[in-house]
Amino acid sequence: MQVNNSTGSKDVFRPKIVAFCCNWCSYAGADLAGTNRLNYPADVKIIRVPCSCRVNPLFVLQAFQRGADGVIICGCHPGDCHYTSGNYYARRRMTLLFSMLDFMGIEKGRTRVEWVSAAEGAKFADTMNDFVSTVTALGENRRLEDLRCRK
Amino acid sequence: MHRIGVFVCHCGTNIASTVDVKAVAEAAAKEPGVVFSADYQYMCSEAGQNLIKDTIKEKNLTGVVVCSCSPRMHENTFRKAVSAAGLNPYLLEVANIREQCSWIHKDIKDGTEKAIVLTRAAIAKVVLNAPLVAGTSPVTKRALVIGGGIAGIQTALDIADAGFEVDIVEKRPTIGGKMAQLDKTFPTLDCAACILTPKMVEAAQHEKIRILSYSEVCGVKGFVGSFKVKIKRKARFVKEDVCTGCGLCTEKCPMKRVPNEFNLGMDERRAIYIPFAQAVPKVAVIDPDHCNMLKNGKCGVCAKVCSVGAIDYKAQDSFVEEDYGAIVVATGFEPINIDAYDEFAYSQSKDVVTSLEYERLMNAAGPTGGKLLRPSDGKHPHTIVFVQCVGSRESDGSPKCGKSYCSKICCMYTAKHAMLTREKYPDTEVYVFYIDVRTPGKGFDEFYRRAAEQYGVHYVKGMVGKVVPENGVLKVRAFDLIAGEQLQINADMVVLATAIEPDKTARPLATLLTASMDTNDFFTEAHPKLRPVESPTAGIFLSGACQGPKDIPETVAQAGAAAAKVVGLLAKDSIVCNPCVAHSDEKLCNGCSRCERVCPYGAITYVDKEFKMPDRSIKIRRVSQVNEAVCQGCGACTVVCPSGAMDLKGFSTEQLRAEVDAICK
Ligand SMILES: Cc1cc2nc3c(=O)[nH]c(=O)nc-3n(C[C@H](O)[C@H](O)[C@H](O)COP(=O)(O)OP(=O)(O)OC[C@H]3O[C@@H](n4cnc5c(N)ncnc54)[C@H](O)[C@@H]3O)c2cc1C
Repeated sequence: MQVNNSTGSKDVFRPKIVAFCCNWCSYAGADLAGTNRLNYPADVKIIRVPCSCRVNPLFVLQAFQRGADGVIICGCHPGDCHYTSGNYYARRRMTLLFSMLDFMGIEKGRTRVEWVSAAEGAKFADTMNDFVSTVTALGENRRLEDLRCRK
Repeated sequence: MHRIGVFVCHCGTNIASTVDVKAVAEAAAKEPGVVFSADYQYMCSEAGQNLIKDTIKEKNLTGVVVCSCSPRMHENTFRKAVSAAGLNPYLLEVANIREQCSWIHKDIKDGTEKAIVLTRAAIAKVVLNAPLVAGTSPVTKRALVIGGGIAGIQTALDIADAGFEVDIVEKRPTIGGKMAQLDKTFPTLDCAACILTPKMVEAAQHEKIRILSYSEVCGVKGFVGSFKVKIKRKARFVKEDVCTGCGLCTEKCPMKRVPNEFNLGMDERRAIYIPFAQAVPKVAVIDPDHCNMLKNGKCGVCAKVCSVGAIDYKAQDSFVEEDYGAIVVATGFEPINIDAYDEFAYSQSKDVVTSLEYERLMNAAGPTGGKLLRPSDGKHPHTIVFVQCVGSRESDGSPKCGKSYCSKICCMYTAKHAMLTREKYPDTEVYVFYIDVRTPGKGFDEFYRRAAEQYGVHYVKGMVGKVVPENGVLKVRAFDLIAGEQLQINADMVVLATAIEPDKTARPLATLLTASMDTNDFFTEAHPKLRPVESPTAGIFLSGACQGPKDIPETVAQAGAAAAKVVGLLAKDSIVCNPCVAHSDEKLCNGCSRCERVCPYGAITYVDKEFKMPDRSIKIRRVSQVNEAVCQGCGACTVVCPSGAMDLKGFSTEQLRAEVDAICK
């Protein structure tokens, strides 16, 4: 699915999306998506981390506080973690965090953990297209946003 | 004060066509701390690198941001440039505005806006970068080769000839791999055994090579330069150093009806056996599933006939732990299971065989002594149909779970089979059904054409739809795509060119090695073009068909290349470590041990340390310490630390939070 990302009128809602990608699989998968010229919306901005387990729940909270509309964490497939077990830690931590966020009113659709290998450029693009359209449908996130952070 | 320089690359038009590079440079110039910002055609060129070097000196920069292709591509190039200008190489950040920006966005406004944000994030991060110094760690000058097929043997020989010790771990009782089962080999048609067995012997006799056959790797610790590998030596029940390989036991053993795996179950062996005549090591092995003595304590014939007393019924699996500097994976391939392809009647008729079985049927040491006889009735077949691409090149998501890739070797070995059959038995009609004939390679297309033109093999484009065994004949129904007509051939034998896949043990092995694999379980290389024999995991190298379908010439070439890489590593006394490792702030550490528990490398230890308290008293506290040579920098510990004492250099909490801020601004 391709989300319409033409920059038309000002009122079209463009979500802010932070994607944490592990260096070994997902970041490489994102590079492959680029090499294969697979489109996904420019709303996704990637932060490179060595492993998905480096993502502190704090970073996710901070992103929402600073006005992000969605946060996605991508790591190696279970069993394929470059560091053997990091993605399992990430999965457990994020499951807990996301259900807490859901409880606080940040819908589950705004958060996601996805496994993308270095060979899955197409999966990376598909995942991002899908995530952006889910977040776009949810609209702007105001729940955790610290208004003082907004310019 | 920070003095950051920002360099925006055009990458020809790769970036510049969808990102307004000038606008990015202008926006960067406005960021706090930035004292220089420019765009340039090719930052990775010598002139581009000189621009960085000169600016560092002129403007006295404290940090550099290059907005270019992925850091996986050129981070090292730019680090070197930065370091050449006297700045610490880790005071550099790369904003990925090509793979993750210009190449995916078509709209220039979109692309430019995103590039500006990515640049801002990189600036926010580089401001917090600390100069890092990479440590070194020693290299154990020995290599491990996993898998003793032609790939493993060749790699081991090349490493050993360069003067380094090599261990080969082979899971079967003998080395040799699939090549030992082949009859003649394309494109020259020399016999596989004649070219393989001398190499097997050479490996066995090489003073630097040790063969651990009937063994498996069951644990891997450590990292490039110093791996600790646990190897399981399966019980052979025959003392390897005592057995002379005379083979008397294998003749006297009363358990005669064990399917012989070397001949793919087409004949039988004893419960004590030597896999084949030229096995290396030539030592008998007892199959515990079939040996009466091991199962119920009744027999003992082999022990009685063994004149050197090599039989040991009490033997048990043993484990050894060895140190290596480099590991080569050479686990090869297996033909796929073809149960799902019952339209070819493989399970219904003995006369439908796989190509590997056909190799054994043609082989002088095979079940028929090299005479081509039908497995069902031992008669000479007069019509043989070869079916190509069984399980290869299937569309994704096909219900049979076939392979989407081309198995690559089948076109050539089928041409070989057809040719050899026609040569030995000119009275046999041979048909080959194919989707495409793919024979690139030196002398390969000529080889195929010789089969079709000189040897009179009937090549028919089209797939076989069904094989029906009826009264001793195999009715082969197919469609000839070129003639556009339905065909029925009454065949005596059908040979299926089965797809090949990686060995089943490859995936668990990859997990032990933390080496990555593709979706088909072939090992992935560090770079598909530029680093084809290295795995992305440092110190792990790839050789042979475990990396993708390959014929013998390609396998041997890759084996040599992998050996050269290993030798390059082992020739060093020490290697530079990754400085992006965890470190703990002793003052904040509360000694809770959580970091120690999540560390997959055992890099964290606890020590008792004396602390001067504000009242000048001395207190001893238990605090964590990271062994920087062992830490691989995953960061798992940083997140579990409740007091915030643990942080990761190069990806610190502060840096990542600054990036989040910059992106969400
Ligand atoms: C029917 C057929 C005909 C062929 N004919 C030709 C030909 O004519 N010419 C040609 O050039 N090529 C031919 N090939 C291809 C050739 O067989 C391969 O190129 C070659 O065998 C690849 O060698 P390898 O060492 O990579 O793998 P393999 O030969 O598969 O060897 C791998 C070895 O590793 C061992 N192993 C696997 N997993 C482990 C583990 N976890 N631990 C320890 N050991 C392990 C296996 O037991 C095996 O001994 C043919 C292939 C087939 C199927």
